[in-house]
This record gives sequence, structure tokens and C-alpha cells, in this order.
Amino acid sequence: MLESIGLSNAADLFRSIPTDVQLGRKLEITDPLAESEVIAAMEELAARNTAATKPSFLGAGVYSHYSPTIVDHLIQRSEFFTSYTPYQPEISQGTLQYIFEFQTLICQLTGMEVANASMYDGSTAMAEAYLMAQRVTRRNKIVVADSVHPEYREVARTYTQHGEAEIVSVSFDEKTGRVADLSMLDDKTAALVVQSPNFFGCIENLERLAGSAHAVGALFVVVVTEAISLGLLRSPGACGADIVVGEGQSFGIPMSFGGPHVGLFATQEKFVRQMPGRLCGIAYDKDGNRGYVLTLSTREQHIRREKATSNICTNQGLIALAATIFMEAMGRKGLQEVAEQNAQKAEYAARRIDEVEGFESVFSAPKFNEFVVRAPRPAAEVLERSRIDAGIIGGLALSKYYPDRPNDFLVCVTETMKREHIDRLVESLK
Amino acid sequence: MANIPENLRYSKDHEWILVDGDVASIGITDYAQHSLGDVVYIDLPRAGDKFGTHEAFGSVESVKAVSEIFTPVSGEVVEVNEGLNDTPEKVNSDPYGEAWFIKLKMDNPGEADAMLSWAEYEEYLSSQG
Repeated sequence: MLESIGLSNAADLFRSIPTDVQLGRKLEITDPLAESEVIAAMEELAARNTAATKPSFLGAGVYSHYSPTIVDHLIQRSEFFTSYTPYQPEISQGTLQYIFEFQTLICQLTGMEVANASMYDGSTAMAEAYLMAQRVTRRNKIVVADSVHPEYREVARTYTQHGEAEIVSVSFDEKTGRVADLSMLDDKTAALVVQSPNFFGCIENLERLAGSAHAVGALFVVVVTEAISLGLLRSPGACGADIVVGEGQSFGIPMSFGGPHVGLFATQEKFVRQMPGRLCGIAYDKDGNRGYVLTLSTREQHIRREKATSNICTNQGLIALAATIFMEAMGRKGLQEVAEQNAQKAEYAARRIDEVEGFESVFSAPKFNEFVVRAPRPAAEVLERSRIDAGIIGGLALSKYYPDRPNDFLVCVTETMKREHIDRLVESLK
Repeated sequence: MANIPENLRYSKDHEWILVDGDVASIGITDYAQHSLGDVVYIDLPRAGDKFGTHEAFGSVESVKAVSEIFTPVSGEVVEVNEGLNDTPEKVNSDPYGEAWFIKLKMDNPGEADAMLSWAEYEEYLSSQG
């Protein structure tokens, strides 16, 4: 083969790469292993991920929820698993149909008028919302609450650092845990960005915040990291959100050590031409039959580079499909039921922990399935004790993100936790 | 043969201009709408936006293409045809009347005189082949 393309050896194929950046040696990996040895090696590696195997009260943006087996079973159908981008509608109607269903379901859950075919994840969806708000309002100041997930804020900062955005943070009330001081809002503000339930699990007063944002002509952006909460709480759309972004991982997607997950992005019809991402719409063929197509493509960078709303030209197809199957398998009632179980178990856990001497819930705002506990000593120590003594991951020490909170930890309780796990955690704190 | 009203002036980018004092109404010509095909959306600027000569002030999207539209003269936008996007097909059916895009308060009304007359535009179209 080398001969037919006029080369003498394989190294010639890499001639265009400067020699000083080439590795110049063989990769340091083991000799070939038998299939059974490979499996054993992988299982040994996977076993080190104890958080995935021990009962865990971790949340903070990635949640342990039950995924019905039908999800995994259906997405492995080769038509779904191997299909690529639906740029040719005439041979992609199946893909386009499920994308349309996904968008419709997200609209219904968020209370918004239009949703895109998905983004990479919640954090990048939020970053894109900053940029969209700048375009729509022609302003550059983004006011974002400190109670929005710290890693989301970090990603958004990375995304916007070379542009015109001026990011201003707004603190939360120490007693309630909710966004308080809105004096930063002014006629230069493009958007007010809040998360609800927020990073501390507190449910924000979205209607009040929407009013404050609109009063200065800014857009109101709501971030939802725990999608299951949409099964119980009043939709952000109904509360006045202009853009809703979030993470769909809770809809039947494995935690997978952080990804791949799926970003949600929804907005109102009047802003649709400023929305980033792929969008599927209904169209009719010449015989009047209904079909689906990717539409409003002039927003995308492969159609109009400088005028594009984003450089994204993809979506999380397979993950969005899994989320769609999850939503459709659960249905409206199923989603509500799961959400209620989360809320009730979290309430039970919070009360029992509050009863333990020296431990208390920090914030007074209503919660969904997460809450912050203050321990009488450093949280990292307390959680290590629970892990060693009771084999339970009790939560997330907050000091990593909020160094002024060394004794606080975030507890998440989903429908996957049994009463006995909660009781065991409580006992380990005593 | 494209329709070319005699009372307007034209640019080689196929925009027309109707001058009234120091305010110019701007749209695209019959030749342009015919080339574009069915128009579905017009991206317009806002009142208060300022443009120099031959600056892209918006775009016209048809079923087959998106074309930028340029200011033939410099000035400040004083009025935008907001309702046009409710009936974008007007760009095809009435390009010189109801489908005006913006009204511009000209920085230098003399610039309009430098544009093509209807006869010069007609000749320009013929030479395009």
C-alpha cells in the first residue's frame, strides 16, 4: 500500500509533523493480554471507584437515579447506536423524530416554547446562555449567583474570557441560602443567572428574581442541574425565565465519572434565532406528508461563520435519545412519583441528621433533594469516618469550593437511597 | 425583464433608495428578490444603529440562501419595518413598496446622487448577462 502511494515506510506518513514534537519511542504499555486478562484488569480498575459501589449521598450536579433497563436496551439497537448526524433528512427520519420528541418533552418540563436538540452538558449550556443574552440585549454584564454550581461558573468564565462579557457575582443569604442582594442589576445587565434548586439544594424564589431582572431589561436565565426536580417544582418558564439551561443526566444517564452527559437549552419563541445549537422542526413533503428536518440552520457556524450563534454543530445524540426514552418510559406520573420520593427521603434524612447532637441544617429555604449540614468539626473528617466505619459516602465536603465553610457538607438523597442507608449514615455521625 | 421604477436610485448590490429630504428608505430590487427566491426571514438592525457607506446592515434569508444587505449611503437608522417578518413574502411581491427595510437619516445626502439612476441600473443588469 505504501508503494502505491509512493512512500517507502510508514514513518513517511507523519512527515508533516515536526520531529521535535514527535514521541520518538514506542508507547509504554504492557504486552498483549488475553481477553480474560483484559477484563480482569478493567474490573480491578473499576473496583477502585468506591463511590460507585458504596451507598452514596453525593450529588452536586451529578445524581444517582434509577434508569429503567428499557433505556439501555433500546439505545443499543444498531439503528440508534451507530447512526450519525441527521444532515440528510430523507434517510434520517427516525433520528429526527426522536430529537423532535426530546425537544418537545424538554419544553413541557421547563415550561418554555422552544428547546434545541441538546448541548454537551449543563455547564456549557449555561456558558452559551451568557453569550445568547449578550446578543439579545446587546449588553455585556452577566450577574450570576454564587449559589450556581462553582464548576459551571468556572466553565462559563473559560468560555467567555476572550469576549466582551463582564461577569459579576451576587451572594446568597446566609440564613436562607437563597439569592438576596440584587443591587448589581442595572441597565447594563444582559442577564441574571440563578440555579434552582441551587448548589446548596435551596429552591429559589424564581418569580421574584424574574421580576427584578425584567425591571432592568435583562434576561432571566435559570439553571437546572437536577432535572428530576422538574417533576415536582413549578417550571422555570411559568416563573418568568427567558432561557432555561440544565443538565439531563438525571434522566436515565449513568453518572460515568462525570460524563458524557447532556445539556438542555430552552428559550421563548421570540429569541429562537439567537439560540445556539441544533434545532429540529416539522416540515411537509410535496405530498403533504409530515416529516422532520434540521431547521433555522443559518444560526450555525457551518452555514454562516461570523454570524453564527455558537461554534457548536452537534448534539449529544445518543444521550439525548436515552433521556427521551427515560422520560417517555416514566411518563408524567412516573416522573412526579420519583421526584416526590426524592423530596420525602431528603426531608427524612434532614430531620434525622438535625436530631444528632452538634449537627444542623444550615439553610432555611425549602429544598428538593439536597441540603447542607454543618458538623461540629471539619466535614472532611466526619465524612471519612462515615466511609470507614459505616461504608457510606455521606456527602460532599464544601470546603473545596467554599473555603470559608470547613464544617459544611452537602447531602443528596435520591430515590435510590433506602431508609436503612439514611439511618446508617445518621448513626455514623454520632 | 425586472421592474425598475424610475423615481428611485440603485446600487450595484441591488438595493434601491427613495430619498425624502435627508431620510432615505432602503430595500432590495425586483431583480434581487427574483434571484433569492421565496424570502422567509429578514434580519434587521435597530433604530439608532449607525452605518457607513456599503456596510452590512442586515440580511435576507430565502429558502436557498442568506444574503447580506448593504447601506448604499451612510447614516443612522431612524425607522425599521418591524412588521415585515410577519409577512416576509412581501419582499417578493412588493419589493419597492411595503417591503422597505429601513429608513436612514443620511449623514451626507450627496451620497445618494452618486448612486445609479434607473437607466444606469438597467444597463448594469443587462451587462451582468
